[in-house]
Amino acid sequence: MNQFVMALIGGGLIGVAASILLMTQGRIAGISGIAGALMKSEVTDKGWRWAFFIGLLCGGALLLIVSPEVFVISKERPIWMMAIAGLLVGFGTQMGNGCTSGHGVCGITRLSPRSLVATGVFMVFGMLISTVLTGVLS
Amino acid sequence: MSESHTSTVPVILSAFITGLIFAIGLGISGMTDTTKVLGFLTLNSDWNPALMLVMGGAIVVHAVVYQIVKRRPSPMFTDGFHIPTRTDIDRPLLVGATLFGLGWGIGGICPGPGVVSIFSGSTEVLVFVVMMAVGAFGWQQIQRKL
Repeated sequence: MNQFVMALIGGGLIGVAASILLMTQGRIAGISGIAGALMKSEVTDKGWRWAFFIGLLCGGALLLIVSPEVFVISKERPIWMMAIAGLLVGFGTQMGNGCTSGHGVCGITRLSPRSLVATGVFMVFGMLISTVLTGVLS
Repeated sequence: MSESHTSTVPVILSAFITGLIFAIGLGISGMTDTTKVLGFLTLNSDWNPALMLVMGGAIVVHAVVYQIVKRRPSPMFTDGFHIPTRTDIDRPLLVGATLFGLGWGIGGICPGPGVVSIFSGSTEVLVFVVMMAVGAFGWQQIQRKL
């Protein structure tokens, strides 16, 4: 199917998922926040967080069985860059209280000023570095 | 709120289903394909705008439900809403979003697709996710000392 249609359907499903969490338990489906809290000893309500996290893993396993072609890793970026990327994403999302899901989807929906600013900032810097790297590496 | 209250069967089950649908949405949308993500983040003649529709689609659906849910006194299975109320734009928000943006633009993976792709067999993804956990833990340790 056309990738624009797939993007829209997939995005719609992400909206449905975020809506289920909000309706059932009044929580924001921010992946970095939910997963990050699993590493904090002071967080006591880990039950639903683990359930969400395991749901993500099961969804990934299901996709791998039903349509493994959705997993594609570009060889454009060498492995040492992926290590730096992971470090920056982990550190940055904890420091900035959110990622593409918490700020980008849930926060923008609420028109949260913090999320609008954060999303603008991470989009700009993401596009900047990716454009520069593609230019340099090619 | 008591510990048991946040771990009832409906709460756990709905959180699990949320994660499951979220993962399938990420896979279908193209977010687990870093050639598409990097194609979206790289502004050159090959720019691929498709992934703009992922955030767009998610926001439209979620916005409709949000308008309905926010009028209700409480969620279905818990006592209250846990929606962030801060509105201040502080330095950690700006620096954190900048660092996250740089990481996303370098690797083409954000936290959700990273977790969902863990079993895909890619060494790149494994390295990314392990380092993501290290980075997250690192900021949590710094924050404790601030």
